[in-house]
Parts: sequence; structure tokens; C-alpha cells
Amino acid sequence: MSVDWGLFNYWIVVILMMAGFYVVIAQGNLVKKIVGLNIFQVSVFVFYISMGKVEGGSAPILSDAVTLYSNPLPHVLILTAIVVGVATTALGLALVVRIRDAYGSVEEDEIDRYEQEQED
Amino acid sequence: MTVIGIGLIRMRNLFAVVMLSGIYSLLAAFLYVIMDAVDVAFTEAAVGAGIATVLMLATLALTGTQEKPSRHTNLLSIAIVTVTGAALVYGTLDMPEYGDPDAPIHHHVVPRYMNDSAHEVGPPNVVTSVLASYRGFDTLGEVTVIFTAAVGVIALIGRIRRRRSLNHDARLNERWADTMSSKPVLRVLTKLIIPLIMLFALYVQFHGDYGPGGGFQAGVIFASALILYGLIFGIDTARRAVPEWMTRLGLALGVLMYAGTGVAGLVMGGNFLNYSVLAHDHLHGQHWGIFTIELGVGITVAAAMVTIFFTFARLLPVDPNDEKRS
Repeated sequence: MSVDWGLFNYWIVVILMMAGFYVVIAQGNLVKKIVGLNIFQVSVFVFYISMGKVEGGSAPILSDAVTLYSNPLPHVLILTAIVVGVATTALGLALVVRIRDAYGSVEEDEIDRYEQEQED
Repeated sequence: MTVIGIGLIRMRNLFAVVMLSGIYSLLAAFLYVIMDAVDVAFTEAAVGAGIATVLMLATLALTGTQEKPSRHTNLLSIAIVTVTGAALVYGTLDMPEYGDPDAPIHHHVVPRYMNDSAHEVGPPNVVTSVLASYRGFDTLGEVTVIFTAAVGVIALIGRIRRRRSLNHDARLNERWADTMSSKPVLRVLTKLIIPLIMLFALYVQFHGDYGPGGGFQAGVIFASALILYGLIFGIDTARRAVPEWMTRLGLALGVLMYAGTGVAGLVMGGNFLNYSVLAHDHLHGQHWGIFTIELGVGITVAAAMVTIFFTFARLLPVDPNDEKRS
């Protein structure tokens, strides 16, 4: 059975995405969760950019010497998504800081326990 | 990159995790260059490896750097992740191959961008034409999201400091100066490179039509120069150079410039964000329109990044040891 290496880029993306996903669902530390979301996010970026690549093409800046360009549309989408991403990450981190201020911890377990104690 | 991704999961020291995620971003930027996305690589290098890392470090200083080991095993999570991953890999089997010029993504609106943007919009950098002109409405939305996120950060943690001691900012600055006075190399080098970074940001801003660059990248690079200044010389010193009203004004001004350009198009008899009517010659109109909105994007992005950074940094404790309250 021959392995089709033309799809290799998608597999890398899937592995990275699952790594990020795992961090988000399995780890209790809120800062780590945000790092996990970042990994997930970058994997999606790589996915888009790799779809836009054309074999033998060059960067989409028009010039007389070049005839074949890669697809500019994913570049536009991801370029803005990165900056929006860091802005929303900052918002997430701000929430973490607020949570730490209110509960004195950024571990999910400890926050749960604190809430239990409050109810009792 | 995968190795780093896996390493990130295993590590418990959050400081190392943040550093690794910076390296991860830088590697992603290299990948983008290989895949011809120079504009994107630019942004990722400045944002992911620079600003995001600084923000994460600031958060760590506020929340503690050591992760508690979890007691329960995560077999369920691993199972979910494996199943999802397998499903996704199965899905990729129908995807077009890497670099295939016949892939459906290259055959919808893209031929028009590639063939007609030179005489419809003008700039040789097609990414700029698509970003600012063809899809100008999307970009307006994204700038608004950045604006909203910065406002959200101010709303969430901007008011915490009220409860701290009155001269908190000044004392923080003093301690900062104490630490830094023993590091002359850092101070001198920073003074040398900050003007260069700013000059480069302006070049990226105004040359974005012809080469890789534009408002988003320029804004981030400009903000990183100011953040560097704040990191080395203290928050209060940097705040004297860039006062709070200035960044807050910039935050709103950029969005208004963008939307205002759109409205100007309406007033001159075109559609919202149609720049062709802004001047007699439609290429000139496009040129002016793109110039203004890219400037607006640059101002908002720079102001948002600086605002977010200072809002975080202001919360740092004067003495790292007196923050052990719970």
C-alpha cells in the first residue's frame, strides 16, 4: 500500500489541532488552556495557508517576471485572523486575571472546591 | 513543530510553556514563508512571537508560574481526541493534494483577483487589494473586533488597580528602574533599536501596496516598539511618552477613519466602501481609499496592542513577594 504524501500537510494540521484540543479539554490550568487554544488556532492558520499554495507559484505580489502566484485569499483571511486572535487571547487572559482575583486560583479543581464550600 | 506541540502538553512549568509557544509561532511564520504567504508570516512573527508572549508572561506574573499536577487520569479526553483526529484524517482523504493548481479553492473568485486587480484596484500586492478593497467590509468587521477586545480588556481588569495603594504606579516604576539600572547593555541597545523599529513600521505601513505589509503588520510592529520601551524603562515612563488618552483616542480614531472612508464613498455617490468615486480617476480613488483605511487599521491595531499591554502591566505587584494573598 503506498502512502499518499500529497496529503501530509493536512495530517500535520490534524495532529497539531488535536494536541491543542487535548490541552483545552484535559488540563485544569486556565493559562495552559489558553495556550492550547493558541496551538489549535495556529493549526487552523497553517491549514488555510497550505490550501492556498500552488505548486511552483510565488508570493502574490504582481510582477512582470512571474506568471504563477499562490492564492491570495487565504492569506487575507489569516492575516486579519492572527491579529484578531491575539486581541481575543488578551481578552481571555484578562478573564483569567479576573478569575484569579475573585477565587485566588487559576486551577479548575480549586475553583470548583471553592464554589462547593461557598454553597455549604 | 509537532514535537514542540507535544512538549507543550507535557510541561508543567508554565514559564517554559509560554517560551515554547513563542518558538512555535516563529516556526509557523517560517512555514508561511515557505508556502508563499509573506504577509501572514510578517504578522505571525510580530504577534505570536512578540506581543502574545509578552502578554502571557504578564499574566503568569499575576497568576503564578507552576501548574498543579492533576490527580485524575485523562483517558476519556485522550479517547475523544483520538476519535476526533481519526475522523478528521479520514475527511482529508477527499481533499485536493498540496500545491495542486486545479484545487477548487483556486477557481472561484481568485482568477478575477489575480487578473483584474491590477487595473481595477491598482496595488501590485494582491493581498492588499483583496484585504482593503474587494473584501473591505470584512476587514472593517475585524478592526471592530480588535477595538471591542481592547475595550473588553479595559472593562475587565482596568479597574482592579483602584483598590491598590495610591502611588502604586510610581513605586512600580521605581523598582523597575532599580532592576534595569544594572543592565546597561539592554538599555543602550533598546534606545538604539526603538527608532529603527518605528521607522520600519512606517515603511511597512506606507509600502504595503507594493511589497508585503499593511496596516495590521505596521500597527503590531509599532506597538511592539512602544511595548519594548515600556518593558525596559518602566510602565510609568512609557506612559509619559504615550499617555492614556492618546491610545484610547487612537483606538476609536482608527475605526472611525475606516468607517468614515466608507461613508465618504456613499456621500460621493458610490456604495459603502467603494473608493473608486473618491477621486476623478478611479485608480486614484482606490489608492486614496486604501491609503486611508490602512492608516486607520494601523492606528487602531497599534493603539489596541499598547492599551492591552499597559492594562496588564499596570497590575504587576511592586514586590513579587507581597502578592501571596488568597
